[in-house]
Amino acid sequence: MTASVGGPTAVVRMNGIQKYFGAVHANRGAEIEVGAGEIHALVGENGAGKSTLMKILSGMQAPDGGGVEVGGRDVTGWTTAQAIAAGVGMVHQHFMLVPTLTVAENVVLGREPVSVATFDRDRAIREVEELSKQSGLIVPANRLVADLSVGEAQRVEILKTLYRGARILLLDEPTAVLSPPEVTELWAVLRRVRDTGTTIILITHKLDEVMAVTERITVMRQGATVARMATRATTPEGIAKAMVGRDVDLSVQTSAGSVGRGKGLGDEGGGGTGLTVRNLTVRGARVEKAVNDVSFTVSAGEILGIAGVEGNGQTELLEAISGLRGVTSGSIRIGDREITHASVRERGDAGLSHIPEDRHQRGLILEYSVADNLILGQQHRFSRSGVMDRAAVATNAAKQVAAFDVRPTDASLAVRTLSGGNQQKVVIARELSRDFIVLLAAQPTRGVDVGAIEFIHDTLRKARDAGKAILLVSAELREVLSLADRVAVMYGGRFVAVMSRADASEDALGPYMTGARKAETESAA
Amino acid sequence: MTLLLFLAQTIRIAIPYLFAAAGGALAERAGIVALSLEGYMLGGAFGAVIGAYYTGSAWIGVVTGVWWGIMLAAIHAVCTLRFKADQIVTGVAINLFTVGITRFLLQLAFDSSSNSPRVAGFGGDNIGGALALVSNPLVWLGLATMPALAFVVYRTTFGLRVRAVGEHPLAAASLGVPVNRVRWVAVLGSGALAALGGTYLALDQHQFTDSMTAGRGFIALAAVIFGRWDPVRAGLACLLFAGAETLQIRLQAAQLIPSQFVAMIPYVLTIVAVAGVVGRSVPPAALGRTTD
Repeated sequence: MTASVGGPTAVVRMNGIQKYFGAVHANRGAEIEVGAGEIHALVGENGAGKSTLMKILSGMQAPDGGGVEVGGRDVTGWTTAQAIAAGVGMVHQHFMLVPTLTVAENVVLGREPVSVATFDRDRAIREVEELSKQSGLIVPANRLVADLSVGEAQRVEILKTLYRGARILLLDEPTAVLSPPEVTELWAVLRRVRDTGTTIILITHKLDEVMAVTERITVMRQGATVARMATRATTPEGIAKAMVGRDVDLSVQTSAGSVGRGKGLGDEGGGGTGLTVRNLTVRGARVEKAVNDVSFTVSAGEILGIAGVEGNGQTELLEAISGLRGVTSGSIRIGDREITHASVRERGDAGLSHIPEDRHQRGLILEYSVADNLILGQQHRFSRSGVMDRAAVATNAAKQVAAFDVRPTDASLAVRTLSGGNQQKVVIARELSRDFIVLLAAQPTRGVDVGAIEFIHDTLRKARDAGKAILLVSAELREVLSLADRVAVMYGGRFVAVMSRADASEDALGPYMTGARKAETESAA
Repeated sequence: MTLLLFLAQTIRIAIPYLFAAAGGALAERAGIVALSLEGYMLGGAFGAVIGAYYTGSAWIGVVTGVWWGIMLAAIHAVCTLRFKADQIVTGVAINLFTVGITRFLLQLAFDSSSNSPRVAGFGGDNIGGALALVSNPLVWLGLATMPALAFVVYRTTFGLRVRAVGEHPLAAASLGVPVNRVRWVAVLGSGALAALGGTYLALDQHQFTDSMTAGRGFIALAAVIFGRWDPVRAGLACLLFAGAETLQIRLQAAQLIPSQFVAMIPYVLTIVAVAGVVGRSVPPAALGRTTD
């Protein structure tokens, strides 16, 4: 198998890598071999140890065993500074940018141009602008990073590595936060960078990306390398099988066809009402009307999917419904209960469950154990006269960890030590295990791998079939299409289109998402 | 003339604040809570008196005062940076430790539980008021501190790194910036600066008295927060607080307002500032956070 990969020109060679984080064995004999000037995919499920392996390569973490070679030189256990000096640059999944500094300052940090013992800001800006022109990564050099869009922030991240003369570029799930046109642009940039002789390792679990831009693939499972293949010689199904260790039904997550059997299809008839929103207007952080006079209903047994480019009011809409943001005007009801101004606790009691879009900020307390996170917001149900019933908490945890396949299975571990997908499973387990009528599911599979996506989608469908009303918001259009019974497009704070799943397609929705088409009628949903 | 006197007294009161607040701004911009300014000041005051007493030189007093500040800051750095102890707990411990150790050494060195003998200071004995002020080099140093710190923070590579480390240490580390080393320098610098404030105080009064800093370190910290972690604004806040204090002293004779109310001004203003009344007040994102 190895014969087909790498060859004599391998620039990166990692062998038998071992890495422990406390009780977690993140890398158990992981291996990777990458040829010069290729785009190499490193794929695997959440918690497979991909990010850990790449952090070892970039010097952020030292391996507990095994060897790392870059350019034929043994560099096992080197530091970040040494890795950077040797031309290894990493673009992290969670951006490593200082929001209060400018783009130029972020790019040059640690390698600042100096004149007469002081920081030469003008030269920094000049250099960044030049590099920006050369690479085609257009960024405003003098703007604060806090004011950038996600796509711009990512360009800054790549510029940072190029500024340091990176010859080996590691990207950890770079498309997780990008819109489709931004993804296309990223591929163009990566190909251009590759053509200048740079080697690129792409950590991802999106198989279409692997097929689109990579030449070779290394597959990891449970900390070990389980397969190496040439992209040309394989199929998405083949990769998925290697990742999960069994056959995966990819049609579920990829394409149309699986039109839901929800009762509320087409209009709001059918089952009882779940969520009713009437003429809702919500103020945003920067705009007066982040949500502008929006009305809709989600019936019991229905998934209403909201598509749209991020930042068009979806976040504010969800915050208003979940009680995290005040309402300017309009009303919200769950079943027959008016909750427009109710507290978060009252909303929960009324039957609202919420999978927040940012699990780190809102979904979990990372320092708490899995067991404690599984009862957040319902602690009053697990206590007697103010004293926590630890036994009940533990029983609940054991049940949920098994039911939702959270790994590792030790519920006493801090949630921080879990991979992104398993953290998300904890959130979902908590929100679905309580009594609820309405579920708000925001980006439910963000930063989550194939196996977990399949599982989460199944879970949401089952909840729908059990008569729950689900409001789904996702930046992944295909996720909306594969789950929703009705699809709404949000643009500029309004619902610019609402259609049944049968009428919705990428082509039909695209113009609305970019604002090219506006709603013909205001009578939404 | 009254205005000139008012100004002179304001500056005299402001100098310790300016030094300590500069130390506070430096540490906090690097992400280290500057709760121990009070301790550094008190230690600096004691160190200065020791040095000045045994050598007869105020300048040596400045050196020993600063050295005390750096030593106390080193304890703080070892605890919080090397052993990842909680910054607030360590800060409080430093303050309490300093009160105890200076009291103990005061007894040991001068056989007194209240104050040291008279030591040398700057400026002649017989000149008072504004003249004493301009003849004191520490006054000029104190006035120059904040502009100098602003230059360091905004114009030097070290300053850029300090700001990066205080906002997003992981990002800085991923670029090969030695986060802990930058923080070490910032903490030791804050100790030295705050100790200069204590040194000025002791040499101005020509003696050390038990717990003589009397909460000035906390007022300096309030000035840093009121100034939204910006050196120049923090410096202006120091002057504002000192002005209020001068006013209180002037008004005391007239008994118009109870002095306690005037003493509250810095804290009230700080609460108002933190509550977001005067623009948004956002601390460095990594402030007080322990990172590996």
